[in-house]
Amino acid sequence: MARARSFDVTTLPGFAITAILAFVLLYAPIITLVFYSFNGGNSVNQWGGLSLKWYAIAAQNEAVQQAALRSLIIALWAAVIATAVATMAALGTTRRGKFKGQTFIYIVINQPLMVPEIVTAVALLIFFSSVKIATGYSGLGYLILAHSAFCVPFAYLPIKARVEGMDTSMETAAADLYATSWNTFRFITLPLLLPGIIAGAMLAFITSLDNVIITEFVKSAGQDTLPTYMLGQLRRAMTPEVNAISTALLALTVLILIIFYFVTKKRD
Amino acid sequence: MKTDHAIDACNVSKIYGAGARAVTALGDVSIGIKQGEFFTLLGPSGCGKTTLLRCIAGFETPTSGTILLFGRDITHTPPNQRPVNTVFQSYALFPHLSVAQNVGFGLKMQGKPAAEVAQEVERVLALVKLEDFADRLPQQLSGGQQQRVALARALAPKPEVLLLDEPLSALDLKLRKEMQSELKRLQTETGITFIFVTHDQEEALTMSDRIGVMSAGALMQVGPPREIYDHPVNRFVADFIGETNFLVGQVDGQGLRIGSGDVIAVPLNGQTGEVTLAVRPEQINIGPAGTGVAAKIIDMTYLGTDTHYTVALGDASTLVARVQSNSGASLSVGDSVGITFDAKAVQVLAS
Ligand SMILES: Nc1ncnc2c1ncn2[C@@H]1O[C@H](COP(=O)(O)OP(=O)(O)OP(=O)(O)O)[C@@H](O)[C@H]1O
Ligand SMILES: [Mg+2]
Repeated sequence: MARARSFDVTTLPGFAITAILAFVLLYAPIITLVFYSFNGGNSVNQWGGLSLKWYAIAAQNEAVQQAALRSLIIALWAAVIATAVATMAALGTTRRGKFKGQTFIYIVINQPLMVPEIVTAVALLIFFSSVKIATGYSGLGYLILAHSAFCVPFAYLPIKARVEGMDTSMETAAADLYATSWNTFRFITLPLLLPGIIAGAMLAFITSLDNVIITEFVKSAGQDTLPTYMLGQLRRAMTPEVNAISTALLALTVLILIIFYFVTKKRD
Repeated sequence: MKTDHAIDACNVSKIYGAGARAVTALGDVSIGIKQGEFFTLLGPSGCGKTTLLRCIAGFETPTSGTILLFGRDITHTPPNQRPVNTVFQSYALFPHLSVAQNVGFGLKMQGKPAAEVAQEVERVLALVKLEDFADRLPQQLSGGQQQRVALARALAPKPEVLLLDEPLSALDLKLRKEMQSELKRLQTETGITFIFVTHDQEEALTMSDRIGVMSAGALMQVGPPREIYDHPVNRFVADFIGETNFLVGQVDGQGLRIGSGDVIAVPLNGQTGEVTLAVRPEQINIGPAGTGVAAKIIDMTYLGTDTHYTVALGDASTLVARVQSNSGASLSVGDSVGITFDAKAVQVLAS
């Protein structure tokens, strides 16, 4: 019988229409958003001719400039800190065989993926406000710390995959050749893990760049990031400036994803 | 303690795991390996060769017992502090480092100045004839070349003992033969003590100064190749090294009887009753019927220089004899013959 052939989803009735619908749902809004960012008019849904006007306006808007700078600073720091923590966590959880409390450690590392973000946001708000009172410090440090924490699992997953794919015989050979554990890490483990670490750092960077909820709760007055700035704009009249900023963010993300793709692809 | 032993393993045991799933990889192994010798650990898969090597290298800590390096206890010294290097079966070359960087790694880690490292790397690469490959990455080399890099990398820091875990098993036969003499040459030139692991008995016999035959986590016999081959202490060793015929015999007042009661002259040291004899195929002589033990040829296989004859004795036990094909005798299947042995060639085994 013809049915004996292996199962193929594409032969299911309605496959094509479902696929098309899914793509439309996913991408139509984004395409519209990008399209109207080039609008010469003042509306986010009425076409007024092709123009880069709103990009220029956004670029000259001091609030946007500052928010963008803040976003980048926070995302960079968060990526660096989260990646460092994630690298140590990945080595710790995969390089020493099974140990007591391993599941617990996984839960701790991946907690940001499981606990509803709003809960973390409220908890951080309350926690940091008492720290602020106690220390008097109210800089970007709180946002950087909060972002670092929820970026850890995103950095952890690709690094862990890389560690698991790496033969322990490399480290054994290094130890055999008089390398201390630090030198083994520095000259052997780290270079071999680098593609995973870069991938993890980029995922962490994007995750931080994009965050709204925790940022909104943790930020002090005048600490808007790009996403929270845009959220603030919603309360006023929306102009295609928001489209332009979103499109720029999208372009940055796509660029990073492309690099991510090549970095993870090339070395394997 | 002054000693001419490079390595001493004293009552070393290694048990992996615990409880019901515990595996005894080594059970109370004691062995002394002399300075400058080519020592081979030989045994079937899973007998604990790698485990013993890993205990000497420091990658495993023995469950009990001690490892001495020139009389100094190194049982708990970490691997990076032992002047012992390993050539791994899988080579374990660093894929992101060039051949020269791989070979220089140990020297660099020992803190040698860059100029000295470069000079040593050049010297060792010349030793393994890889001067022209210094800048390549390991994956740009053939299996045999990678093998040489692994060897050079382990030799460069001038270890006191070199451990080689089946370093030739991934090579094809021709390359393997080449590397065997290469290894032997390197060992003689450098004077370093080699501990070589293999499960290939021919490799062990041709290369070693001494062989340690292992089975199921224990050393069966230690000695020079000739002695192990000619005087195996038990059935396992006789069977594992070379081809061997085993025969059951009876010792009575007249001596040792085999077949349908023929007495053969074999030195006995007090054994009585049923014994097992081991005799190599090339040590069996086939003569005309009436001489020695009566037998009948039941099969023959021509193998070029040699011919293998399978003969049946009176009690239907069979033996394989190897005779040089050009020895002139024209024997064919069905012939009645007489079998004689060189008395010294027959081993009476503790079975
Ligand atoms: N890490 C480990 N955990 C549990 N058991 C192990 C471990 N390593 C080895 N063993 C067991 O110990 C025994 C000896 O293993 P070992 O690797 O020393 O054998 P070997 O003689 O080197 O064999 P081969 O010729 O196949 O390499 C085997 O039964 C093996 O299954
Ligand atoms: Mg082994």
